[in-house]
Amino acid sequence: MRGVFLPRLLSACVVVVGVCSLVFLLIHLVPGDPVEVILGESSQPADRAALRAALGLDQPIAVQYGHYLQQLAHLDLGQSMHSRKPVVDLLAERIPATIELAVAALTVAILIAVPLGIIAALNRDRVGDHAAMSFAMLGVSIPNFWMGPLLVLVFSLWLGWLPVSGRESSASLVLPALTLGTAMAAILSRMIRTTLLDVLGEDYIRTARALGLGRGRIILHHAMKNTLLPVMTLIGLQLGALLAGAVITEIVFSWPGIGQLTIEAIQRRDYPVLQGCVLIISLTYISVNTLTDVVTAWFDPRIRLRGD
Amino acid sequence: MRERVAWSIILIWALAALIGPTLATGANVVDLDHILSWADAGGWLGYDDLGRPLGARLLVGARYSLLVAFWVVTVSASVGTTIGIVSAYIGGRTDHLIVRVIDIFLAFPGILLAIALAGLMGPGIDNVVFALSVVGWVGFARLARVQTLSLKHREHVQAAISLGSRSGRIMFKHLLPLLASPLIIEATFAVAGVVIAEAGLSFLGLGIQPPTPSWGSMIRDGTRYMLVSPHMVLVPGLTLMLVVLAINLLGDRLGDRLNVRRGGV
Repeated sequence: MRGVFLPRLLSACVVVVGVCSLVFLLIHLVPGDPVEVILGESSQPADRAALRAALGLDQPIAVQYGHYLQQLAHLDLGQSMHSRKPVVDLLAERIPATIELAVAALTVAILIAVPLGIIAALNRDRVGDHAAMSFAMLGVSIPNFWMGPLLVLVFSLWLGWLPVSGRESSASLVLPALTLGTAMAAILSRMIRTTLLDVLGEDYIRTARALGLGRGRIILHHAMKNTLLPVMTLIGLQLGALLAGAVITEIVFSWPGIGQLTIEAIQRRDYPVLQGCVLIISLTYISVNTLTDVVTAWFDPRIRLRGD
Repeated sequence: MRERVAWSIILIWALAALIGPTLATGANVVDLDHILSWADAGGWLGYDDLGRPLGARLLVGARYSLLVAFWVVTVSASVGTTIGIVSAYIGGRTDHLIVRVIDIFLAFPGILLAIALAGLMGPGIDNVVFALSVVGWVGFARLARVQTLSLKHREHVQAAISLGSRSGRIMFKHLLPLLASPLIIEATFAVAGVVIAEAGLSFLGLGIQPPTPSWGSMIRDGTRYMLVSPHMVLVPGLTLMLVVLAINLLGDRLGDRLNVRRGGV
């Protein structure tokens, strides 16, 4: 048991430290002077030096790095250069909206992908398969910054059914979730099709069939159960794409989440906020992936029992 | 049939990138009489909010999307493949360290790192290429590493080692050719990914800057005028989708033909 989980958790910790360091390097080595951004280009050299000292930017980079890690360990992400609020508070304000969007998109993806994958697998190389896989191909080829405007054009502007943007009512969640969910549905349905085809060729499916079990029962009870683990792993991996896609989707729909905050931080050159956003998104991704691995291992006795 | 259509689309894309900008001289000419207007004899795909012809702007945009895709995939494929092969071939601590670095880069979801990098470095085509290459090499490195690990114990490699061939020669003469098929397929899908990513960065205002046209920034401009002139969003988006669809389709066919299964999908 421990033999499987402990190394996984340890390597996740190493990656977390690595990600934090890379983000630090990114912010500190890329050209652009935060002091000039705060004070403006016409500021006095003396003022700049004073602020630089106050922010600790005049110290050697190694000292700054140590200070940064120390702050992180205390969950202190610094202060926004724009609003002067603590970055942690700004993130906390925006996180619920992004979680809401991600969960809704994930639901959309599963609701589309599961039936589509099953239809494709059961009709292998026939019309149903081709139709489902063409849809999947289309889904991965339409970027969400075009999908979003298209949906707005049809459902908001022409039909007038749904709001264009914002987060005022539950109806405003529909279009962003569809935009973000379809790309994932496309990848997921291809995966379900492939896995299901593999499983359907197994001996125990033939046995079930020979025993005279109904087709629906075989698919839902015996086959789908065994596609669950690879699908779960893929969902964990795809969550990264989902989070990155959320940045663009939130911009398209003015959805007040972490993605919008990221772009605002870039536009205002608000380094601490940008750093906080990148960190929170990456750390979420690492946690979800580690969790997926552990849960998958837990559900799969072949992995779970190997360590004992 | 489908494959032929896909090849034609890519050929048109390449041709547009090559000679398009010479044909489309009016791409940046502001024409107040044509603001937001539909297609006519002069502008066969309509005009944008400054009366510039969309068709001409698409042609110029084609050059930038192809240019960015070419450079990003070339840089990330060569750097990533080299790192992957060397890491797996040397093994030991070096390999261990490189695997960690790869893991760290993979922990940044999708193009988030590129968005942050492009945002920090400021807009411009060089910065876009740099930001996307920083993200892009990882996939190639991981693929080349895994493949090399399984190939380096093959007899012909062992024979070359015992004959005293230099490591560089073994890696690039005896290992690289065997990695070619999966790498070519990875590169094909990478082109599609980069085309979308470049357009995405430009959509966010972090990529190619106005007045130079990019398909991504054309879509962004279009979203402001969707009610009056939806063609501003539809035309560049459809073009982008067709190109990406064609590349993905060819990648799929290539994968079937070379009998390579992609991890995960």
